[in-house]
Amino acid sequence: MSLNLVTLLYLIASICFIQALKGLSHPTTARRGNAFGMIGMALAILTTAALIVKLSDMKAAGMVYVLGGLLVGGTVGSIMAKRVEMTKMPELVAFMHSMIGLAAVCIAVAVVAEPSAFGIVAAGEPLPFGNRIELFIGTFVGAITFSGSVIAFGKLSGKYKFRLFQGAPVTFAGQHPLNAVLGLAMLGCGIWFTVTQSWTPFVIMAALAFVIGVTIIIPIGGADMPVVVSMLNSYSGWAAAGIGFSLNNPMLIIAGSLVGSSGAILSYIMCKAMNRSFFNVILGGFGQDGGTVAGKQEQRPVKSGSADDAAFMMANAETVVIVPGYGLAVSRAQHALKELAHKLGEKGVQVRYAIHPVAGRMPGHMNVLLAEAEIPYDQVFEMEDINPDFRQTDVVLVLGANDVVNPAAKIPGSPIFGMPILEAHQARTVIVNKRSMASGYAGLDNELFYMDKTMMVFGDAKKVLEDMVKALEAL
Amino acid sequence: MELVSHTVTNLIIFVLAIYVGFHVVWNVTPALHTPLMAVTNALSAVIIVGAMLAAALTEGNLAKWMGTAAVALAAVNVFGGFLVTRRMLEMFKKKEKSAPAEGAKH
Repeated sequence: MSLNLVTLLYLIASICFIQALKGLSHPTTARRGNAFGMIGMALAILTTAALIVKLSDMKAAGMVYVLGGLLVGGTVGSIMAKRVEMTKMPELVAFMHSMIGLAAVCIAVAVVAEPSAFGIVAAGEPLPFGNRIELFIGTFVGAITFSGSVIAFGKLSGKYKFRLFQGAPVTFAGQHPLNAVLGLAMLGCGIWFTVTQSWTPFVIMAALAFVIGVTIIIPIGGADMPVVVSMLNSYSGWAAAGIGFSLNNPMLIIAGSLVGSSGAILSYIMCKAMNRSFFNVILGGFGQDGGTVAGKQEQRPVKSGSADDAAFMMANAETVVIVPGYGLAVSRAQHALKELAHKLGEKGVQVRYAIHPVAGRMPGHMNVLLAEAEIPYDQVFEMEDINPDFRQTDVVLVLGANDVVNPAAKIPGSPIFGMPILEAHQARTVIVNKRSMASGYAGLDNELFYMDKTMMVFGDAKKVLEDMVKALEAL
Repeated sequence: MELVSHTVTNLIIFVLAIYVGFHVVWNVTPALHTPLMAVTNALSAVIIVGAMLAAALTEGNLAKWMGTAAVALAAVNVFGGFLVTRRMLEMFKKKEKSAPAEGAKH
C-alpha cells in the first residue's frame, strides 16, 4: 500500500466528512449524511490500519495496542450514546470535547517523544522548526479544550458540590491580568520549546494550558453555557487541525477545520441570539444561574387563571403557537405537550411551535427535545419564520420561557434592548405558564406578564399540561 | 528550484477547508444544530489516525502508552458521536401516517 494510495483514500474520507455536514441542511437528508460520516471514518481507520501493517513489515504487533484502545473506547462511547437522556446532551457534548482535547495532547507527547515513528523525520533527527510550532499549537489548544470542557461539563450538570463546577461565575480581582500572565508564560514556554525541542518547556507549557482552560471558563455563568459549549466545539476542531499540521496529514486538517468553523459559527449564532458580543460572554461575570428576583419592584397585579380556563381558551382558538422554554424540558413535560397539541388538533385548532435560538442549553437543543416527544418537525418553526405570524395568532402558550418573550427588548435603554425575541406580545391572547413570578436569567421584569391580554397559569409545566389535556377531554 | 514546504501546503489545505466549512455549516438548518455538534465531535475524533500510528509504530513506553490512551479517548468520540447523532436523527424521521398529523385541519 503506497503512501500515495493512503493519501488518496484519506481524500475520499475527507469528502465523506463534508457530505456528513452537508446532509444536515435538512432532516430528510441528515441520516444519509451521518452514514457518509461513518463510512468516511471507517475508511480512515482501515486505511491507517493497513498502513501500520505495511510499515511494521507485516508483523503488526503494535496493532494489539490499537485494537485494545478501540475496544475500550468504542464500548464506552457506544454505551453512552445509547443511554444518554436527551436533556443531558450538552453534558455529553462537553464530555466528548474533553476527550478530543486530551487525545490531542497525548498524540503530541508521543510525537515529541518519537517523531520518526510518524514519518516526519528520520530516526534520531530533530523535528523541523515548523512541526515544533504546530505541535506547540496543537498541544495548548488541546489542553485548554480538555480542562475547559471538564469545567463546562461540571457547570452544565450542576450536581457537583465543587465550587468550580457550579453555575454561578467565579470572579476575583485581577482575574484578567492573571489570565494574561498565564497566557504569556505559556507562549514563552512554547517559543522556548520551538527553539530547543526539549521536554521541560513542553511540560510546563502543557501544564499552564491546562490551568488556563480552567481559569477562562470559571468566570462564565451557567446561562452562557450554550456559547461556551459551541466555543469548545470550535477549539476541539482547531486542536485536531493542529495535530494534522504536525503530522502532515491533510485529512486531519480538513476535518479539524470543518469542526472548527462549525463551532465558530454556532458561537456567533448563540451570541447574536443573546444580543451580546463574544468578548462580553468570554470575559464573563454575567448570567448567574437561577435568576435573581427583582425584589425592588413593587408587586404588580397579574391576571392568573386555572389550567381549565387556559384549555377552554385554546380549544376556541383557530391558531395556537406554543413557545417552549428550558423549564419545559426540566419538568419533562414534552410528552404531555404533545398530548395537548394532539387534542387541540382533533378540535381543528392549528398548533405550531416557536423556537428561540437559545431555548435550550445548547444550539438546537429544544428541537431535539421536541423531536424526542415525536412532535413533527414541520410544526416547529424558527424565530424569523414565525415572528410575522404572531399578529394573526389567537393564543400563544408560553411554557417556562421568560427573557426570550420579553418585549423590553424593543425598548431602548433596557438591559436586553436589541435582543431578538419571539413576539408573543403581538398575539390576541397570551397564556404564560411559570412556576412563580421569579425573573429570568437577565433578572428583568417581564412586561408581557402584566398585559391585559395575558393570563398566568402558575404551576409545574407537566402538571399544568396534564390538567389542560384533561380539561380538553371534558369539553 | 526549492520545494514548497509542508507547512505551506498544509496552510493552503487549512484555509480552503475553513472556507468549505463556513459555507456548508451556514446551510445547516438551526433545528439540527445539536446533531451537528454531536457529529462534529465524531469528526474531530479523526485524530484517532494519529493515535493509531503512535500506539502501533512507536517503541518507547511513553509514546506507546500515550498513543494507546489517545486511541481509546478518540474511539469514545468516534463511536459515541456517530451513534448519538444517529439516535437523534431517528427522532426527526417523519412519523408513519398512523399518527394523524396534528394541527391539520379537519
